[in-house]
Amino acid sequence: MSILGGGILKGMAVTLKNFVGSYFDKERLTTKEYAWKAEDMLPERAGDYPKEEGEQLRDTTTVTHYSRNFPMLLHDKGEPMDNVRCVACQICERECPPQCIYIEKSKDKKERGGNKAQFYPATFDIDVSVCMSCQICVEVCPFDAIVMNSQFELSTPDRFGGLLLRRDDLLKSNDYYHKIHPEEAAARDKRITDEKAAKEAKKKAAEAAKKKAAEAKAKAEAEATAKPGESADTPATEPHTKPTPKPKKEDGIE
Amino acid sequence: MKWELIKDILLTTVPLMVIFPTMFALTTWVERKALARIQNRIGPNKVGLFGLGQPAADGIKMLFKENIVPTGADRLFHLLAPILALIPAMLVLCFLPLNFPWLTGEQDSVKAFMLDSAVIFFFAITGLNTLAVFMAGWASRNKYSLLGGMRAIAQMVSYEIPLLLSAVIVVMVVGSLNAADIAKAQEGWNWFIFKPCGLAAFVIFFIAALAETNRSPFDLPEAESEIIAGYFTEYSGFKFALFFLGEYIAMFAISGLAVTLFLGAGAGPGVEALPWLKVIWFLSKVCMLIGIMIWLRGTLPRLRVDQLMSFAWKFLLPLSILNIFVAGFAWHANKANEGTAVSVIVWVAALVILYVAAKGLDRINRARVKTRTYQFGE
Repeated sequence: MSILGGGILKGMAVTLKNFVGSYFDKERLTTKEYAWKAEDMLPERAGDYPKEEGEQLRDTTTVTHYSRNFPMLLHDKGEPMDNVRCVACQICERECPPQCIYIEKSKDKKERGGNKAQFYPATFDIDVSVCMSCQICVEVCPFDAIVMNSQFELSTPDRFGGLLLRRDDLLKSNDYYHKIHPEEAAARDKRITDEKAAKEAKKKAAEAAKKKAAEAKAKAEAEATAKPGESADTPATEPHTKPTPKPKKEDGIE
Repeated sequence: MKWELIKDILLTTVPLMVIFPTMFALTTWVERKALARIQNRIGPNKVGLFGLGQPAADGIKMLFKENIVPTGADRLFHLLAPILALIPAMLVLCFLPLNFPWLTGEQDSVKAFMLDSAVIFFFAITGLNTLAVFMAGWASRNKYSLLGGMRAIAQMVSYEIPLLLSAVIVVMVVGSLNAADIAKAQEGWNWFIFKPCGLAAFVIFFIAALAETNRSPFDLPEAESEIIAGYFTEYSGFKFALFFLGEYIAMFAISGLAVTLFLGAGAGPGVEALPWLKVIWFLSKVCMLIGIMIWLRGTLPRLRVDQLMSFAWKFLLPLSILNIFVAGFAWHANKANEGTAVSVIVWVAALVILYVAAKGLDRINRARVKTRTYQFGE
């Protein structure tokens, strides 16, 4: 039998503990003073803020790694545009609730990271004044190309052009992603490698099946040729044997 | 003679007009600081020392803001509502037994405030606050404002009853509605809060007072996250400041009444030797109650509308009615046996009866509520 109003007293004890604790315990009071910047010190565009970690005005790695602000485009190791994961499929553009993403597909295809040649984004703009940080683009991207950045320092004196992030502003390396969201990045990388491995295994299996089928076919043909007396049947059996390897071959592609 | 009267009136009213708005300014700062600390934030610290200039900065900002009246709003009532919210709150401050040292009680103006029906007058005047809130909600021509006004009416009318019924106990025991008489009855350590029925009445009174002044957890009329500050929605600039001021002055007023009725008014250590300590004690008790209100605001989430209503009608109302009977019997039983073992037994019995009744009411109310099952949660 609990005391009447005991829950309220318990809650009040908790708030009192926090109230008093915030004066003595430095760990509790996580607020840090933000250095004010004069307007003429602000860059013209939000994208002009230093991009890579290390040259950040304020180190985004000091922000909690659960922080998410605006999307960025991931690229693998190497030259950004040669390793960008985005294939300009425009799914994120279509899904974006406030319609803040603008993509133009490239005319040509480019090979990236040992994959098949694909399109790349000729233009990829995100208007951060429109973006509502919902992370839906991240959810729908099938290529793990767009993830959330935790860069928060984006003030500019120009509220129109200044807040439009261009493709080159959005490109960030996977290493940077690992630095700002370690857990999420590790999970994502693991999933990508797992999927790749699964695909490889499937491909191998398909190839093996193909080989087996081919062997079987060869065997059957050999058997057919070994029986000259039944040569009249061979045209009839061919349609049966031919389609079997075909769907497996389709599986093997991709 | 006439000049004497004007001097008297100024001596009685000006301190009230100075002390309480100043306390309001400080309270907004204290509240923001305390809430910030409860949530492990720093709170205002930029304007002046420790951010103490924040209320002044807010006030100046409010003064210079544009006065926006929505198209189609009732301009006259839109203007009148904040004024009407402030006036009754300011008016009832006069009836608090704030024995200022420069008032001897002989002044005509003081006599005017020493109403024989001060407690009734207090409730009658504070009841006007409901009208102001609904006027604001109606005149704004805004759905959210109207919803806030409707909620305010339902809430204030419901909680007025337990508020009054718990105050009745003190009036019964003292036998007077005069605030000065009530204060006199509690001199020394004879405070009503130290008696079981008085304690129960004080708790009911305080809860109802929270609802009456739209304080959290009963801040449904101005629920920011639900109806965008309710009747405040269409108010900006100085009208908003007036509303804000009115709300806080009402808090002080009702805390002042609670102090008068239950916490011994100006009584406290050292008042016999230094009579001016009475004002200090009174105001510090008021500040303590305000502090508890802020603390509760930092602790409790907002109630749902149905919870709010059932709490008033199914819990507070029966309990306060029972409390009146228990207090009556206990007082009569104790009148004959003052200071004996019998009185102790009576008080303990009263406490047990009230606690068991509260517990039972709580049980009955809970039994009617179905336990929710969640499809995805938990």
